Amino acid sequence: MPFSYLSAPDVETALRAVADDEDTKLLGGGTNLVDLMREGIERPAKVVDITRLPLGEIKNLPDGGVRVGALVRNSRLAADHLVRTRYPVLTQAVLHGASAQLRNMATVGGNLLQRTRCLYFYDGAAACGKREPGSGCDAIGGFSRNSAILGTSEHCIAAHPSDMAVALAMLDAVVEVRSVRGTRRVPIAELHRLPGDTPHVETTLATDELITAVELPAVPVAANSRYRKVRDRASYAFALVSVAAALGVEDGTVTAARLALGGVGTKPWRATEAERVLLGEPATDEGFLRAADAELAAAATTPHNHFKVELARRTIVATLRRLVPDGRDEESTI
Amino acid sequence: MTTAQKPTGAVGKPLDRVDGKTKTTGAAEFAAEHTYPGLAHAALVHATISRGRITALHTDDASAVPGVITVLTHRNAPPLEPVPKTSPLDLSSMVSGTSVDYLQTDEVYWDGQPIAVVVAENAAAANQAAALVRAEYAPSEAAVDFTGAEANARPQPSSPIMPAGAKKGDAEEALAAAPVALDLRFTTPPHNHNALEPHATVAVWDGDRLTVHEPTQAIDWFRAHLAARFGLPADDVRVLSPFVGGGFGGKGAVWPGTILTALAARATGRPVRLALSREGVYRTVGGRTPSIQRVAVGASHDGKLTALVHTSVTRTGRVGGFPEPVTTQSQHLYAAENILLEQKLVRLDLLPNIPMRAPGEAIGTFALECAIDELAYELDIDPIELRLRNEPEANPLDGKEFSLRTLAESYRQGAARFGWHERTPEPRSMRDGRWLVGMGAASAYHPAGYFTADITVRLSADGTVLVRCGFQEIGTGGATAQAQIAADALSVPFQAVHVEYGDSALPKGPFAGGSMQTATVAASLLEACKKLKRSLRTMARRTGGDSHEEVLRRANVPHIEAKVGSSTQLGRKSDQARFMLRLARDRRRWVRASTGAHFCQVRVDPDTGEVRVTRWTGVFSIGTVVNPKSAVSQLRGGIVMGLGMALSEETLVDPRTGRIMNPSLSEYHIPVHADVPPIDVSFLGTPDPTMPGGILGAGELGITGVAAAVANAVHHATGKRVRDLPISVDKLL
Repeated sequence: MPFSYLSAPDVETALRAVADDEDTKLLGGGTNLVDLMREGIERPAKVVDITRLPLGEIKNLPDGGVRVGALVRNSRLAADHLVRTRYPVLTQAVLHGASAQLRNMATVGGNLLQRTRCLYFYDGAAACGKREPGSGCDAIGGFSRNSAILGTSEHCIAAHPSDMAVALAMLDAVVEVRSVRGTRRVPIAELHRLPGDTPHVETTLATDELITAVELPAVPVAANSRYRKVRDRASYAFALVSVAAALGVEDGTVTAARLALGGVGTKPWRATEAERVLLGEPATDEGFLRAADAELAAAATTPHNHFKVELARRTIVATLRRLVPDGRDEESTI
Repeated sequence: MTTAQKPTGAVGKPLDRVDGKTKTTGAAEFAAEHTYPGLAHAALVHATISRGRITALHTDDASAVPGVITVLTHRNAPPLEPVPKTSPLDLSSMVSGTSVDYLQTDEVYWDGQPIAVVVAENAAAANQAAALVRAEYAPSEAAVDFTGAEANARPQPSSPIMPAGAKKGDAEEALAAAPVALDLRFTTPPHNHNALEPHATVAVWDGDRLTVHEPTQAIDWFRAHLAARFGLPADDVRVLSPFVGGGFGGKGAVWPGTILTALAARATGRPVRLALSREGVYRTVGGRTPSIQRVAVGASHDGKLTALVHTSVTRTGRVGGFPEPVTTQSQHLYAAENILLEQKLVRLDLLPNIPMRAPGEAIGTFALECAIDELAYELDIDPIELRLRNEPEANPLDGKEFSLRTLAESYRQGAARFGWHERTPEPRSMRDGRWLVGMGAASAYHPAGYFTADITVRLSADGTVLVRCGFQEIGTGGATAQAQIAADALSVPFQAVHVEYGDSALPKGPFAGGSMQTATVAASLLEACKKLKRSLRTMARRTGGDSHEEVLRRANVPHIEAKVGSSTQLGRKSDQARFMLRLARDRRRWVRASTGAHFCQVRVDPDTGEVRVTRWTGVFSIGTVVNPKSAVSQLRGGIVMGLGMALSEETLVDPRTGRIMNPSLSEYHIPVHADVPPIDVSFLGTPDPTMPGGILGAGELGITGVAAAVANAVHHATGKRVRDLPISVDKLL
């Protein structure tokens, strides 16, 4: 479909362009939006290219955190020294996503807003309430191997596809958002919405808002963190299950725990139930399994994705086990 | 590698392919890149029901898109001749992908069938307009669920070329009486070819003459079919296919895009290009059938097979399709005392299937070779030893002679190269750190034979040789191989030979299928070279001179030429008849096949069930190895494709609607580089004494047996038998 194109020279121009016209999309790396436009799923009247905006910096924050500009490319984020040392989980999550070529293009802001890979969302002939509000959900009762088991509703079971966002959820990242009305800060837990009966409304952002930065708070335990992704081939596939975890252990007891899941949730899934159970538990497989079960008790599955419960249990335990000091297995090449 | 060729000859040398530089520098012009002045662009509109009628087709919005020239539908498309009836006596009659008369009817036969074609000044306008065409349907009940249709399976039609079964003794009775017996069910999902180059057509009319640029595996059959559909003499159709970016069977038939591009060019009076998207390929080009297979084996305690039962259910479309010969390898691999083979079929309202690399054997060897491995465990005999104990002297069914049988030697050499002796048979007994390690083996088997081809070979006084034959270069290195063969046959340097191919204006080439192209062209080439040498000898008696060049110079002729085959219609018919007679005669005399042994090592994550293939060895017998470099490439490519089949590939056909739900490379998981281990390929190199130049096929052999070797290795690593492909993590939890 034809659309008009504007390359915004500065933030203000971009903000005005989206404020003027609801049917406008912001174009970052284009790795998702362009695909969706080709498929006829996104049909914006206007595309505002924001890649010239000065939002490409990674900065050390005085409190030990890191501020990442929204236009930082995924490959640069993964390679950044501060990120690699303070938040290894984030580097690993980014490197487990897509391909080198895509990571060179994809931006941090765009990755957060990446849309589901549900087969029925992508197929214009199928019913999908995310694509066509109120049209139903053909994934329920259909091929739902890559669908979510947590946070689903009778209207939508589409999984959030991002790896990076799972790590950010675990790290309590804060998303800085601007519009002509001003700047606000959105905790990542409040950025994505559950589908409920409005699966087409995916975030709490207004249509005229631009993500300008992501701030990572100081998370000392994240120095001992890890991202584990299980998928249908060795690379270049979305997660069946992924786990972002950080663990602090003293005298064999868990003193700090952060856990988030990908591939299983309708949004990047912070496993708060599991974290609650982990604290004070012995850092053993049994303790980890109890935590996993506490989180997954709420799972709602289809015959196609029921295996994700067991796969998630095992992947959570295996990932946490690797984070126990002196208890870790030797390096895996996966 | 050992070969029986002269060490000084070109045959047997790992020469670089002659078109390598053209391709790697981007200079090769593929069909979709071909252009004409005034070129228009087409886009297809696909049906979204599996069966029924179109009740309304709204094209106004599409027509209003700037740049749109026309929107063709069944209401305004020019007429087409109906699809010719298929006849087993005319192989070209089987080239039609479906029997549907596109845009001549309001009936829909599969989800994805083109129901309109937009022609526009540019591709963007065509695609935009195609998305705006809206159809209304009166759907009728459609049968689209393969698994659910199993009970309705009927015996496959049987023909001398493609027998649908075989029987020796009473296998069921022997199975019931066997001291050790297994009765197993296997399933394989539908697959798609996914050639690197999606299908594309450029069609241009000059009066009543049609020229088509298209990557195809069957130039001559394409021409015959296009002539039939447009009511033209074959000579008025030209098909050009100089480069084919992978075919694997998917480019062996004429699919709707080809016909509709020529139709659009006729309707608009413009040259028209249609380049299918990946989704367009999934919706309009058939893939591999799914299968349900039963393999039952009975044996004595010392591992002699007393019964072998292999049955299959596969599908075709209501409007065409290829009955998959799933049990072929089971006729020939094991010396079972009693054998029962049966192939059944269901017809569904889906896009008809088509051969995909080793149709039959690719999925048939999965079931058979897994069952043999399972039997070895039942008997507590090494799986290779069990195979050797049942290695037949002659064809197990009827005692016919094997033209070349080297499978045992492949296993001996392969076991040594791979280190099979390091394997401890107990499942879960081998580890690499925390990883479970498994080793598995399986046989590769693919039938061999050859078609007919016309050829001319010209020897010039300047010492050059020109070989002309309209065969297809589908990436196998065919032109290079034929230049090597011609060089040796005429005792000239390889560089002196030039091969022309890929054009229906050349002498008629064979179908590039069944792994038979190289041997087929070689047969005619060798015959033509023999004729040339005879002419030269005759001339030389008159002129004297001790080189080709010298003889021709003295005779004062610029070149001499030899022809094989006929360019007349009658000649073609008699060619076809000769081919059928030879096929029948050869089949009575010999069983011919390329064979091999695969060895696979996997690591499996004990927590998550992720499988990684870490090592591969394959030792193959493909007769004379004309070019080891391109032959290794063929086998390695087949193995990689087999890894996809084993671990991740599956076309998702929604059983509620018949619609393919993953028509893209992001959701149809072919192996990525990280999935492919180092692959050690070697050849025995013994020529087949009954084949032209000793050559058997190489293109399809590699994929056969791969999925079984992986499954057997996974069992060795984990103790789990996965009998339903692909072997995904959920099946190993």
